[in-house]
Amino acid sequence: MTPNRQALRIKQMTITLAGETLLTMHRDIAPGEVLTVMGPSGSGKSTLLAYLAGFLSPAFQAQGALYLGDKRLDALPAEQRGIGLLFQDPMLFPHLSVAGNLRFGLPHHANNKRQQVAKALEQVGLAGFENRDPATLSGGQQARVALMRLLLSQPRAVLLDEPFSKLDTTLRQEMRALVFGQLREAGLPTLLVTHDEADANAAGGPIIALG
Amino acid sequence: MKPRTTLTTAVATAMLSLALPAMAAPDPTDWDAVLQAAEGQTVYWNAWSGDSRTNRYIAWVSEQMQSTYGVNVAHVKLDDTGSAVARVLGEKQAGNMDDGRIDLIWINGENFAAMREQDLLFGPFAESLPNFALTHPDENPEVVTDFTLPTEGYESPWGKAQITFYYDSAQTETPPQSIADLLEWAKDNPGQFSYPRIPDFTGSTFLKQALIELSNQDDALYAPVVEAEFAEITAPLWDYLDELHPHLWRSGRSFPESGPNLRALMSDGELSLAFSFYPTDAAVAVMEYELPESVRSYVLEDGTLGNVHFVAIPFNSPHKAGAMALANFLLSPEAQAQKQSLSMWGDRTVLAVSRLDENDKALFEQGESHPSALPADALSNTLAEPHPSWMTALQDAWLQRYGVN
Amino acid sequence: MVLLPAFGYLPVLGGNTFHLEAWQTLWAHAGLQRSVLLSYFSGLITALEALFIVVLFLAASQGTLLDRAIRRMVSPLLAIPHAAVAFGLAFLIAPSGLLVRWASPGLTGWERPPDLLIVNDPLGLALMAGLILKEVPFLLLMSLAALPQLRPEQRVTVARSLGYAPGIAWMKCVFPALYPLIRLPVYAVIAYATSVVDMALILGPTLPPTLSVSVLTWFNDPDLNRRFMASAGAVLQFGVTLAALLTWWLGEQGVKRLCQRWLANGSRASGATAIAFGGRALLLAITLLAISALAGLVLFSVAGFWRFPDALPGTFTLDHWLRILPSVAKPLINTLSVGLAATLIAAVLVVATLEHAARYQLPAWRAQWLLYLPLIVPQVAFLFGLVVAAESVAIRPQQALVVAGHLLFVVPYLYLSLSEAYRRLDPRWAQVALSLGVPSWRAFWQVRLPLLLAPLLTACAVSLAVSIGQYLPTLLLGGGRISTITTEAVAMASGGNRRLVAVLALLQTLLPFIGFSLALMIPRLVWAKRRQMRGAA
Repeated sequence: MTPNRQALRIKQMTITLAGETLLTMHRDIAPGEVLTVMGPSGSGKSTLLAYLAGFLSPAFQAQGALYLGDKRLDALPAEQRGIGLLFQDPMLFPHLSVAGNLRFGLPHHANNKRQQVAKALEQVGLAGFENRDPATLSGGQQARVALMRLLLSQPRAVLLDEPFSKLDTTLRQEMRALVFGQLREAGLPTLLVTHDEADANAAGGPIIALG
Repeated sequence: MKPRTTLTTAVATAMLSLALPAMAAPDPTDWDAVLQAAEGQTVYWNAWSGDSRTNRYIAWVSEQMQSTYGVNVAHVKLDDTGSAVARVLGEKQAGNMDDGRIDLIWINGENFAAMREQDLLFGPFAESLPNFALTHPDENPEVVTDFTLPTEGYESPWGKAQITFYYDSAQTETPPQSIADLLEWAKDNPGQFSYPRIPDFTGSTFLKQALIELSNQDDALYAPVVEAEFAEITAPLWDYLDELHPHLWRSGRSFPESGPNLRALMSDGELSLAFSFYPTDAAVAVMEYELPESVRSYVLEDGTLGNVHFVAIPFNSPHKAGAMALANFLLSPEAQAQKQSLSMWGDRTVLAVSRLDENDKALFEQGESHPSALPADALSNTLAEPHPSWMTALQDAWLQRYGVN
Repeated sequence: MVLLPAFGYLPVLGGNTFHLEAWQTLWAHAGLQRSVLLSYFSGLITALEALFIVVLFLAASQGTLLDRAIRRMVSPLLAIPHAAVAFGLAFLIAPSGLLVRWASPGLTGWERPPDLLIVNDPLGLALMAGLILKEVPFLLLMSLAALPQLRPEQRVTVARSLGYAPGIAWMKCVFPALYPLIRLPVYAVIAYATSVVDMALILGPTLPPTLSVSVLTWFNDPDLNRRFMASAGAVLQFGVTLAALLTWWLGEQGVKRLCQRWLANGSRASGATAIAFGGRALLLAITLLAISALAGLVLFSVAGFWRFPDALPGTFTLDHWLRILPSVAKPLINTLSVGLAATLIAAVLVVATLEHAARYQLPAWRAQWLLYLPLIVPQVAFLFGLVVAAESVAIRPQQALVVAGHLLFVVPYLYLSLSEAYRRLDPRWAQVALSLGVPSWRAFWQVRLPLLLAPLLTACAVSLAVSIGQYLPTLLLGGGRISTITTEAVAMASGGNRRLVAVLALLQTLLPFIGFSLALMIPRLVWAKRRQMRGAA
């Protein structure tokens, strides 16, 4: 996998709802860096994620620009931005097998898909799980598959929406190490939304407080 | 009758004339030309289909028409002839003058009168049909008269009906022989008789039957209704009904929907006396497990109303030749004999059987009889139908008096 | 098309001027006021009762085996066409009907059927019973589709922890949130109940009948001048439906105000047992009634002569089935081809609309009421006008026109059934797919659609059932030439041979039943190896 080492640039972003300003941000996230955003509920964390990923509801008005390297993103639809998402729930497609989920992330024209899938599963210690029903996996296993699915799609930036909050403490440490490790290695600019300080510390990057 | 928008009609006509070859109405008197034009046509015959035996007969007719004349007959099933009339009317309103959906309608009485009045029928054609002569209209005027209206060749006769009473001999042994008797019988057997709800055809016929007897066959009944005299002439009828209703089924608070419903009620054991237009109805019902074998049929002492039912061709049918060929076939001895046979349908013939030649006469010798059927000689006691305006007038008056509980 | 003749303008019959004569004749017609009141009240009462039964059941239902069994039994009931339910019920409750036969002469001592006016009773009670039998499964299905997004279990748990009995908890915490979601289906029920024709013909009062039956009779009257009065009647029918809807809406406002206090007054247990018992009992009764009605039809379809008061026919015979089956091949094919075509087109239209709304995150479509217009305007009225209009532009009756006509009625039901499921689908599924770089059409085909397979198939089954049950559109728009199972059944019904009618009614029921079974089975087969998908099915 060729690392895409480009920075995610948020330029003069302002999000308003019915005239009232909710959120402003002007920041760059360097490749491999994790920006942690913390804040109480209702402070606009999900709105920020929605804006960055391209799912902002038309009820909101957004000004400013979003760049990945030199490419302007804010006019592009979500599927063309190359920004990956990890949610609280692993969100593995229940109608596809584990391999099907992983293949879903691969670009359509990729070669040797089967090998890539097998290699990804090996990397997270789930070798041989290709034909399993995602519903039969434990929470931790599902989270690992979700991460690999994300990485297989070769994103150029990643958004994390409290991805560890549903895991128990021991698992959480493991996952943090895994996720941040992989993202750093791939050199992806990452934005983490959380209200767990331990997450912020493990991320090891700058922390912003909203609200 | 002006069409609603001349432009629309013009466009429609233009489109039609481009799409179809000119369908000029064939001249009924040139029979060979008619048969030639008919070959290959598909005739849409709109006929009431509530009776599976009728449907079976019509299916038989379709087969014969296909093999003998190369005409394809499609039975369009109706639950009410009125909807066919409504369709032709709608087509005329929209300016559809020669591509109607209906080629032949099974029709008589009020519906015929209405279509004639609104100029919705093609004709005259009936008298030019080769088989028409077999009905001997001069000796049997009923084949050219529909409820006192002369058909003038606008409809061709098909079958005969006569009001026939039937009763369950296991429940009652002395059925009433006249309308006056009926009142006494109903008092002795409350809740066991009824007549179909007006404006049903059979129910309205009961009113006419009763009125004819109660007014001693007043001549006024065979001429158009005169409003000033209506109340006087019908007074005995309303008096009679006022007395009768409390002893009827459901005390006259509700009436069965139609003639066939009377049969269903007798099957359920609710009625023990009923009547129908078809002399063979009771026998057929027994054969089909609807009625018990103890059922018997009869006709009232002084005769009951009978009429002929017909087939007619709408003015805008695109298959008039085929329709005429079909109407003619329906009058043929083979078709009429099949129709009368109990194993097929049982509807009586309109042909003058005694005047047929030996071979044809033999077709009608059926040898089948059924204990529940009307004895053949009983049919000579037929009363003529009053003028159609009486039907409407009686219906309206009945609804006015009894239409609301 | 309908309004004009109502005011006197129908050139083909010589009416060339506008006037109000038709209305005067209408008003003077005996029993008109009664007919109007009958239609109005039977519509409102049906909706009220059906809603009451459904709500009571949902409040009482605790997820026990019995409850789940009842739920599963109710869906197939939706498949039985209205006319078949009417026939079955009529035979069940008639004085010479199934119930009395089973009870006689043992319990009642009757050797002859009693002369009681049950079916066709003047108050319309039999009609309302038949309507309720059909509308309860419909409302239940709609409610079940809308419930999950409200998280009813959580609400009830919270309320119970505060000391509320489960039934009361449900009524106070879940129902107020549920009602806005099922409001449209309730309106559809009111509209249908006020203008129903086929059920009213079989079960409804006769002297005078409901307004819709009268209007149909006038349209078919051989006296063609009745057409003016018929059109006026059709306009009046529309007015009655609107009045009923308006009354209901006013009722909603009133109830809202009255219940504010009750909701917060803290009463926790009063009425709890009534709810728990009544809820289950009522729905069970409805289901048993419907099943018995069907049983009656089955018995009749194979019955020889059946003397009263025998509990079963004296002889059994397959004659009736053998007689009907050959003639039924073509109608069956027509029924299926029209139904499948209409369902397919409707599914494409509805899914496209919903997908579009989902992608652009549009709020609930405000023009929805346009969709429901065909359900509210009486069929008799505007179909006749449609026929004339089509003829005027030389569109001849044909299968395509029939499909178009069916679409008018199928689309609203499909939309009603599918829209909630669509909206409540977690948007994150699509977001995940898109964030993986997949184009939106693939996100639709490979993610959203498979996840919605079960609700989509159910919605299709509902719309197929709706199409199969259509009578007037098929008859009028097909020029009488497209015969379907339903047109055959109605035509046969006019002949009064109950045995043959039973055969046709059962065939009429079989088709949608197969549709619903497929809708249940296919997801189960397809997702045999996917546990979470089956749970959603």
